[in-house]
Amino acid sequence: MADTKTANTAVHPTEAEGVVREPLVLNNRSLGWITERICGIVENRQPFIWWVLFVPSVMLFLCLVFSLVYLVSTGVGVWGMNQPVAWGWDIVNFVFWIGIGHAGTLISAILFLTRQKWRTSVNRASEAMTLIAVMCAGIFPGFHVGRFWMVWFLAPVPNSNAIWQNFKSPLLWDVFAVSTYFTVSVIFWYIGLIPDLATLRDRAKGIAKKLYGFFALGWRGGNRQWRHYEMAYLILAALSTPLVLSVHSVVSFDFATSVIPGWHTTIFPPYFVAGAIFGGFAMVLTLMLPVRKLYGLEDLITAKHIDNMAKIILLTGTIVGYAYIMELFISYYSANKFEGDAFHMRILSGPYTWAYYCMFFCNVIAPQVFWFHWARHNLWMVFIIVNFVNFGMWFERFVIIPTSLARDFLPGQWGYYSASWVEKLMFAGSFGMFFMLFLIFIRFLPVIAVSEVKGVLPESDPHYHDWKRLREKRRGAIK
Amino acid sequence: MSDSTSSSSELFGYVAEFSSASDLYHAAEKIRDAGFRRWDVHTPYPVHGMDHAMGLGKSWLSAIVLIGGITGSSVALFLQFFTQVSLYPTVVQDKPINVFTLPAFFPVTFELTILLAAFATLFGLLGMITLPRWNHPLFNSSLFSKFSNDGFLMVIESRDPKFKREKTKELLEEIGAGKIEEVNY
Repeated sequence: MADTKTANTAVHPTEAEGVVREPLVLNNRSLGWITERICGIVENRQPFIWWVLFVPSVMLFLCLVFSLVYLVSTGVGVWGMNQPVAWGWDIVNFVFWIGIGHAGTLISAILFLTRQKWRTSVNRASEAMTLIAVMCAGIFPGFHVGRFWMVWFLAPVPNSNAIWQNFKSPLLWDVFAVSTYFTVSVIFWYIGLIPDLATLRDRAKGIAKKLYGFFALGWRGGNRQWRHYEMAYLILAALSTPLVLSVHSVVSFDFATSVIPGWHTTIFPPYFVAGAIFGGFAMVLTLMLPVRKLYGLEDLITAKHIDNMAKIILLTGTIVGYAYIMELFISYYSANKFEGDAFHMRILSGPYTWAYYCMFFCNVIAPQVFWFHWARHNLWMVFIIVNFVNFGMWFERFVIIPTSLARDFLPGQWGYYSASWVEKLMFAGSFGMFFMLFLIFIRFLPVIAVSEVKGVLPESDPHYHDWKRLREKRRGAIK
Repeated sequence: MSDSTSSSSELFGYVAEFSSASDLYHAAEKIRDAGFRRWDVHTPYPVHGMDHAMGLGKSWLSAIVLIGGITGSSVALFLQFFTQVSLYPTVVQDKPINVFTLPAFFPVTFELTILLAAFATLFGLLGMITLPRWNHPLFNSSLFSKFSNDGFLMVIESRDPKFKREKTKELLEEIGAGKIEEVNY
């Protein structure tokens, strides 16, 4: 898509001349251009590469369906897990996918509360990523319970056995945390979508107009609607902020409140949350770099956006690195024999030390490249590093979960765990599901929040033209 | 009062287009000062400060959300105490089965507070902006659909007590409206 380039003359009026912030939308794009470009993705034919990605994703997704059918019809024995390692790839994948989701909520909620206006270009896609990642995550504990059709036992509903759930268990907290997280994310995402669905409705014809119109609920964009809408958005951001911090904290309680050496640590909640945001931002960039290129969104997702996200990856990656080292230090400093041995085996003598170094390199060493300006602005470099992070974050969960279980208190119960082909296929299949749903999202919904991006243009300020007139008058007077 | 409006019962109101957010903002101030009540501005994005220009106060959606949140915490505490202390006490890890078990109930209480507050936000919002409403006279206007792209529109309804067919149109022209369209029911 050949775009004309013009100088960025649209300066925000409240800024002093000479002190110019980098614009959030490049090349003085108009409101109409933004609508056209973003809605065009949905309205025009998808590029060939969309199909090239979509067809294999669907096939991988079918592999997931197949492995689940095989699992349910045969039994959980087809997974490679047994005592002592009863939590294997399934829980690793669950924590991995839940963590991916956290960046979406961070962008949509925390960056909203902190008035980071650059979030507007990436929040829609990352919220979609959140929802899809949580769906992928939900599959694993659902099937991990063994008898999938009994999964409703997780919910506190009266049943004929008169048994109630144990509310003192972190596993039940997790059920509430994850389902609340998903529901609130859906509400947040949908409320954000309403004005954009109205935009699509006003442009579409035929059945598409009816469908978009139905979901736009008859949005009319009046200020008497916007004022409540903005309040709702603010409140949801304020609700989601503690929620997102709580979700991965509660996930970490699954481990931290147990007595397994290597799990029983107080650093887990902040460490998990930082790791989740870290891994999530990596996935956001993994998705958005190709989308930006493919659909010509360089003026909306600019180098500044990528630079900011790379900096967040650097920060959270360094926090994660601190947590890794602090875990080691505490295991030594606590003088707890089992804790000390668990970490000794993790980094030096155990059967999984390769996984530890893999994780450490990908998560702590690799992102340090982002200290350099050129690395944050070289898209290939960013893409490679974020994929290291994706890889490393999966290994982090692997290092924590099965390797702690494989060697706990008594050498007599030690074992070695490796995944069976069913687990591997399920994991690959969950990626298929993730990419398939994301591609469907790109196809049918605006990938960038149209109304929000319009709101951060300099001329969207109601005093922009007043200032412009004043400035011109002043300049005229000087001359 | 309704000398000219009675003859035009079919008329819903005027849709007037302004060239920019700034113009619409100043026009809204003038319509506010002229004392109109049944009018609105329709913009592609929420214009900062427009509430003030229209003379609107703070949105009280937050009150509904507070009620939702309180309901959430109460439901969660009731659910947990009733099932864990009264109906089916489970003694695990030597944790108490009386009121002192409260700390273990904190996460679920928190989550349900957030969940019901979020539902209150969604349904409170839809109630306050009276959506869904798929059929509206404004959708009859061809000019109106510009609001979702790049139009800065003002709508004055004929139901407004100050509305007069000719005078209101003149007023809109005076405050800088470009295109003005009549919208019928």
